[in-house]
Amino acid sequence: MSPTLVQLAYLVAAVLFIFSMYWMNDPKTARRAVMAGASAMGLAILATWLQPSIIHHIWIIVALIAGCAVGIPLSRVPLTAVPQRTAISHAFGGLAAGLVGTAKYWLWSSTAPEQLTQFCMTALVVEVILGFLTFTGSLMAAGKLQEIKWIPQRPVTYPFQNVTNIGLLALAVLLGLLLVLNPTGVFAGFAMVLIILFALVFGVLLIIPIGGADMPTVISILNSYAGLSAVAMGFVLDNKLLIVAGALDGSSGLILSIIMCRAMNRSFTNVLFGAFGQVKAAEATGTQRSYKAETIEGAAQVLEQANLVVIIPGYGMAVAQAQHRVRELADQLKKRGITVKYAIHPVAGRMPGHMNVLLAEADVPYSELVEMDEINPDMPQCDVALVIGANDTVNPAARYDKTTPIYGMPIIHADKAKAVFAIKRSKNPGFAGIDNELYFQDRTYMLFGDAKAVVGDLVKQLSGGSGMH
Amino acid sequence: MLRIVVAFSFLLLAIPVLAQEPASQHAPPSVDYMSLLFVFVLATFIGLGVVAKVSRLLHTPLMSLTNAISAIAVVGSIIVTGADYPLGVRLLGFVALFASMTNVVSGFLITDRMLKMFKQSRPGVKS
Repeated sequence: MSPTLVQLAYLVAAVLFIFSMYWMNDPKTARRAVMAGASAMGLAILATWLQPSIIHHIWIIVALIAGCAVGIPLSRVPLTAVPQRTAISHAFGGLAAGLVGTAKYWLWSSTAPEQLTQFCMTALVVEVILGFLTFTGSLMAAGKLQEIKWIPQRPVTYPFQNVTNIGLLALAVLLGLLLVLNPTGVFAGFAMVLIILFALVFGVLLIIPIGGADMPTVISILNSYAGLSAVAMGFVLDNKLLIVAGALDGSSGLILSIIMCRAMNRSFTNVLFGAFGQVKAAEATGTQRSYKAETIEGAAQVLEQANLVVIIPGYGMAVAQAQHRVRELADQLKKRGITVKYAIHPVAGRMPGHMNVLLAEADVPYSELVEMDEINPDMPQCDVALVIGANDTVNPAARYDKTTPIYGMPIIHADKAKAVFAIKRSKNPGFAGIDNELYFQDRTYMLFGDAKAVVGDLVKQLSGGSGMH
Repeated sequence: MLRIVVAFSFLLLAIPVLAQEPASQHAPPSVDYMSLLFVFVLATFIGLGVVAKVSRLLHTPLMSLTNAISAIAVVGSIIVTGADYPLGVRLLGFVALFASMTNVVSGFLITDRMLKMFKQSRPGVKS
């Protein structure tokens, strides 16, 4: 394949990638996005493979088959595991970038040192540092999301943590600078190994202090880093397609991170470096506060009388896999002419848009899913707010309590509804480690139990009793 | 947003400082770094513009789609694995190729799987 043809193929692929992202602006055109992206990728692979300089075909074939062998099962995970799969995907992306950078450095330093200009070397160092820190950081994130036993869910903090983290990164950057100025010196290889080691460790240390509830932002940031390491690879390999595709991923991750941070009313630096979720010492409140519990029958009766029911899902619904029962409940209500809407908070769940996907899997039409900003004005007209596994996203303390870690975070105004039913596994505080003021309000009734079981019982109650009213 | 743009611009200005070519015995490669930079900046703006319009409903499939797109690292990995390079180098490329291919396959497949589920209305149930 002639070089011109390859470049033309890359250009077509780049255009297809851009269209692919563009078509994601509407669910109706979204499936075209996958077709476009996959075609672009196929074109890029072919154009690269068919170049005359590529001769070890068996290796490539084996790696491609191995990639399919692992990729296909990975794509079949249950939707509740999508955050973990996404994190693993970022890890692989970072790993690939780091390895290619290392390989290129190894190659050029021994056979063609004149390639290692300052610019090239800078890009190489960036690629290696970013790639490897994304690798370990994403693995840590995946571990936290999967709730693997030896990775702590709560933030792990220790004195001078931020200083050591930043120090480690600074050390790696310094070594990188030395390498840029002297890529082929006596200690160059050793410096590169150190840089890789520091990057790997930094990735782990960066993610350790971040609690499970901040994962949506962290995953978005890591998404961006994986893209940026591909951009760096593009600079090193003089490949415009790598740069374009990497930049598309990088900006996507950046926008999602910004949306997530705004939705929690915290800045990047606060999420990455301000250990969130340290359990506050339980404050002695003057009176012993009590929950009002309700029975399934009672809740069903109130639901039946409603005109507008707003369901507010959260991570608890995902964990309990209750989304199908929830849709059955909505069906029962809609049969009675009740309007049912779902209020989706941007950071509900463990990644952006998590709730939307779970509900879509349960056959909930996406016209019933309403963003937080749109539904909040309607909450006073809502007869029943059904909170299923959501906690911090409906905690009114975020509005007025300056001492709470979630102060200032925009929330769904569940407390403005005429009645609130909250389904919760237990009386334990959520990830923010604080009490949820919503549970103690007058119009709030608790339904304790596993979300799937409780909603299932509500469905049975509503379908069984419909003949009697 | 403004702060990000300003910071980014300062970073870009630092690049010509770094890019001073040292006097070297061999002819330095003629990589047109300025073009690459142009491409990067333009692509970033295109990306920002396009992604800002993506429906919030689709943020999860968007992320898995962009995972698949960033697996364009296959291209670099193919070069490092398949060209006439020393064994060690190609081994690293092999692992990188395996990792990126996994991303390609699982990224596109899972995005499609999720997108199939988004329906506008359910037939047979009156709202």
